[in-house]
Amino acid sequence: MPEYIAKTALEGRAPLDVAGTVLMEVDHGRIASIQPFPAQEKAVAKVLKPLGFGFPAVGKFAVKDGALIAWSGREQAFLIGVDCPDFGKAAAVTDQSGAWVSLDLNGPLAVQALARYVPMDLRLSAFGVGSAARTPLYHMSAVILRLGEDQFRIMVFRSMARTAWHEMEVALKTLAARAA
Amino acid sequence: MRIEGKGRIDRSKVVHFTFDGRKYKGFKGDTVASALLANGVKLMGRSFKYHRPRGVLTAGSEEPNALVEVVGARNQTPNVRATMQEIFEGLNVRSQNRWPSLRFDLLSVNDLLSPFLSAGFYYKTFMWPRSLWERLYEPVIRRAAGLGSLSGTHDEGHYEKAYAFCDLLVVGAGPAGLMAALVAARAGADVILCEEDRLLGGRLLSADSNIDGKPAGAWLASVEAELRALSNVRVMTRTSVTGAYDGGVYSALERVGLHRGPRPDLPRECFWRITAAQVVLAAGALERPIAFPMNDRPGIMLASAAQTYLEKFGVVAGRRVVLFANNDGARAVARQLMAAGVSVAAILDSRLDASAVEDCPVYLGAEVTDTKGRLALREISGRHAGGAFQIDCDLLLVSGGWNPMVHLTCHMNGRPRWEASIAAFVPMADAVPNLRAAGACNGAFSTLECLAEGAQSAQSALQALGRAGGVTQVPRAEGLPYAITPLWAVEGKGRAWLDFANDVTTKDVKLSAQEGFASVEHMKRYTTQGMAPDQGKNSNIGALAVLADATGRAIPETGTTTYRPPFVPTSIAAMGAGGRGAGFAPQRFMTSDQASRDRGAPMIEAGLWYRPSYFPKPGETTWREACDREIAYVRHAVGVCDVSTLGKIDIQGKDAGRFLDLVYTNPFSTLPVGRVRYGLMLRDDGYVMDDGTSARLADDRYLMTTTTAAAGLVMRHLDFVHQAHCADWDVRFISVTEAWAQFAVAGPKARALINSLLDQPLGDFPFMAVGDVPLGSVSARLFRISFSGEEGYEIAVPTRYGEALFRDLVARAETMGGGPYGMEALNVLRIEKGFITHAEIHGRVTAFDIGAEKMVSGKKDCIGKRAAMRPGMLGPEREQMVGLKPLSEALITSGAHLFEPAADLTRVNSQGYTTSVGYSPMFGRYLALGFLVNGRARLGETVRLVDRLRGIDVPCEVCDPVFFDKAGEKLRA
Repeated sequence: MPEYIAKTALEGRAPLDVAGTVLMEVDHGRIASIQPFPAQEKAVAKVLKPLGFGFPAVGKFAVKDGALIAWSGREQAFLIGVDCPDFGKAAAVTDQSGAWVSLDLNGPLAVQALARYVPMDLRLSAFGVGSAARTPLYHMSAVILRLGEDQFRIMVFRSMARTAWHEMEVALKTLAARAA
Repeated sequence: MRIEGKGRIDRSKVVHFTFDGRKYKGFKGDTVASALLANGVKLMGRSFKYHRPRGVLTAGSEEPNALVEVVGARNQTPNVRATMQEIFEGLNVRSQNRWPSLRFDLLSVNDLLSPFLSAGFYYKTFMWPRSLWERLYEPVIRRAAGLGSLSGTHDEGHYEKAYAFCDLLVVGAGPAGLMAALVAARAGADVILCEEDRLLGGRLLSADSNIDGKPAGAWLASVEAELRALSNVRVMTRTSVTGAYDGGVYSALERVGLHRGPRPDLPRECFWRITAAQVVLAAGALERPIAFPMNDRPGIMLASAAQTYLEKFGVVAGRRVVLFANNDGARAVARQLMAAGVSVAAILDSRLDASAVEDCPVYLGAEVTDTKGRLALREISGRHAGGAFQIDCDLLLVSGGWNPMVHLTCHMNGRPRWEASIAAFVPMADAVPNLRAAGACNGAFSTLECLAEGAQSAQSALQALGRAGGVTQVPRAEGLPYAITPLWAVEGKGRAWLDFANDVTTKDVKLSAQEGFASVEHMKRYTTQGMAPDQGKNSNIGALAVLADATGRAIPETGTTTYRPPFVPTSIAAMGAGGRGAGFAPQRFMTSDQASRDRGAPMIEAGLWYRPSYFPKPGETTWREACDREIAYVRHAVGVCDVSTLGKIDIQGKDAGRFLDLVYTNPFSTLPVGRVRYGLMLRDDGYVMDDGTSARLADDRYLMTTTTAAAGLVMRHLDFVHQAHCADWDVRFISVTEAWAQFAVAGPKARALINSLLDQPLGDFPFMAVGDVPLGSVSARLFRISFSGEEGYEIAVPTRYGEALFRDLVARAETMGGGPYGMEALNVLRIEKGFITHAEIHGRVTAFDIGAEKMVSGKKDCIGKRAAMRPGMLGPEREQMVGLKPLSEALITSGAHLFEPAADLTRVNSQGYTTSVGYSPMFGRYLALGFLVNGRARLGETVRLVDRLRGIDVPCEVCDPVFFDKAGEKLRA
């Protein structure tokens, strides 16, 4: 039986560099959604502990050894880049690996490019490094992580990858044209 | 005429531009208005109604007269204020509302007819015959009375939208705004400073004042340098704050590319939504004119405008100047002009108690009673205690006092307060939460007051923000009190304009009052005063003062009309930036997208998804040929279709079955593990919301599918039901729509195709079974479900493998005599089988209507159940779903209405309508699904299917909606 070929949403697309700000697809590996059942928070935390994680607080994410756990909505977190441990009856878990595209946006134009589409306070005082948000990116529902002062990860539904890329490209080129 | 050594223009950079086809030179920093005035051009427009020659009145965004069209390669923008449009190399500007030319406008005949064109004349003159209004009167009037014109093509310019957040938003960068920004910025607050002009400074750029003993320019430069150097300050020039909204949200319009030549990716404008914790409104004040007879000629402008043209642009619009004022402010203008070497022939001060000491003749108690000069002012007539007089002059400067810009404070339904000492309306405190007015917009007119109020308001804002600091020494500056004696209108022969932009005179306002339109809101609508692009900025207060006088009321009693956003004209293109064409909504692509396009499939939108319509083959000339062929794949061999777009919701927990029982009409807690059941979902109001299948994957785990169109809606509904009705249940759910790529494999050879993928052939896998199957190392999910009536499977793999599996399935199907099928074939297959889509469950049908009332379980409750039992929700009076088979091979259409054979084709006789139509090769004719009153009891009857839009009238037999294999033997085979 031959093996099927796996593809990410924007497989093969070269990074886009606009005036030193880079947009690129990253292969996030595995994504599991974790939704603790009522009163199971402690049991969930116990399963996560060997990975060095707790269940993320609202609007936060954590990174450890290449893995990442991010708050992704009400009573929900995404465990990314690592095999999901067995939560037994403590949490509902689904595989979301292929459901998302991850775009990294790094550079001096990053904050202003996002501010074209994200109706959220992106100042460091309100959305610091280590923050996660579930928020609209223009017309798309996105998960946005602030990895650094000028470093963001944008996750949108896989099917919308091309639109998300296009919108970010427009924003970056517009900002570059403004500065020129 | 330029004055050497004056102005903040760059005289080293000459800029060429075109006005009405003629080339002119200006300097970098000029506006169209300043450059034209420097070139001696005074005539810049024609008035709205009377087509009177008009020149520039102001130097700002409130300009009512000098409206022009900016003609770009791909845009034509009408009603651009020449006072705001900065010139750039190659700028092409045209005057508007004139024919054939600005200097010679045939429609100026309207001016001679003015006695007949008074307020409300349309309503009085064109009453009869009524039929002529739409055909004749209105088009003619619209052509004669108007502003600029549109190109008639789409605006393909690039626009931008953006969000910003700050602790303190400062609106306006005059002395008050600068001081507020400085105080807050030094205390560490995040400050956004918005200034409509290209330069910071506001009135400091025009007035000749000192701050801390030095010319104001020095203070301005040092403050600007400090603000621009601070990382917590964002200075936004060319940005007008246009509206105040709930939650501390302010809209603002930034002119990004309008002052530069077009270049790739540069937006024309940016529409900002700024969320601010605190706001200081330092918008300043606008000088207002006086309504004296014939006050609208080119060469008559506001005193402050002349001051701005002199100080900011080094331009004087005349050689011999007269000033007419009712306040002290205008005296400074006269002195500045004289200092620049301009001859001031006289100052006419309407007050008797004012000072007469100036370096030019001053007439106290004087008024302008008439003016002369057709295309430019030549002479004025006046009167004072000593009698009547004439003065030759080519520039008349007017000052009727100042109106604080209270606009933003009124955007949340606040009304301004009349302040008699300055004869003006001032803002009510706290009219907009967390907004403080400071400086001239608050009625504080001296530079010292502005600086002090700016500092004070910033301190209050800092306190509200809980921030320390903000103690700053207020610089020393001029603090002269402002003295004014109101003068709104001068009696005399001839028309006296209030609203220049809409050609409304004092006579019109008086007539309005006389005819019973005495409320300010009625007067506005009767006369159209204040309804032009300047929104009455120059005329509202004057008009209501005249109205107050005409009705014998006081000004505060008369009140103002409502100030509404936007503060300045805002292009819809900016507000809707990015939303044109494909930008309107995200595009969703399936994993099979490229494979389908490779086969030349036209893609159609379904929801936001792009799905293949059909897969053409060489030699086929119509889509029907492809569609018929694809149907044959499914009926006789095997067809493959990407169905990933259907919504998939993973539902887990001990109460998962209970939860599904609540949202579906039929029970799911009784569904065995490894089986699938069709489910129907109702809205709260009892109408059908969605349908789909749900599979039980484990005791405590289900997978729900929804229709493509309602996937988001169902998810939202489940969230609502969970949070509102059963938040404590042990249930969790999440969309997995995008986590799985899913393909339908249908037809007599479907099982053979599936078996060819597997190491071991499928064993007992009955209709409505679900199970995991291995595809190499990939774990796939297999469902035995059918939307075509044939033996059918759906196979799902993690999305990353979707493209590979689709290409493989299609290759295998083709090897077996089948192939891929698209939406057209899918639609025909499901119509033949009587399966519904949202064409049928369109929001107004009940379970009873679609023949599914038995699916509403009597053994349990569900959302919408009670509502579905209300009177009128079931019974013979309802339109019920039926199949319709034409008696001939004629074309029928969906959306057609159904009539009894002998009935008149009237609305009330309509017995129903068709919802889906497709050509069935199996039956050799079109088939339809539709809704017919008491339809299920009328099987076998003949009805007329009538589509009057397309001229279709075809007798049809009413039949069961399932045309094919009603017993379901094929799909269970």
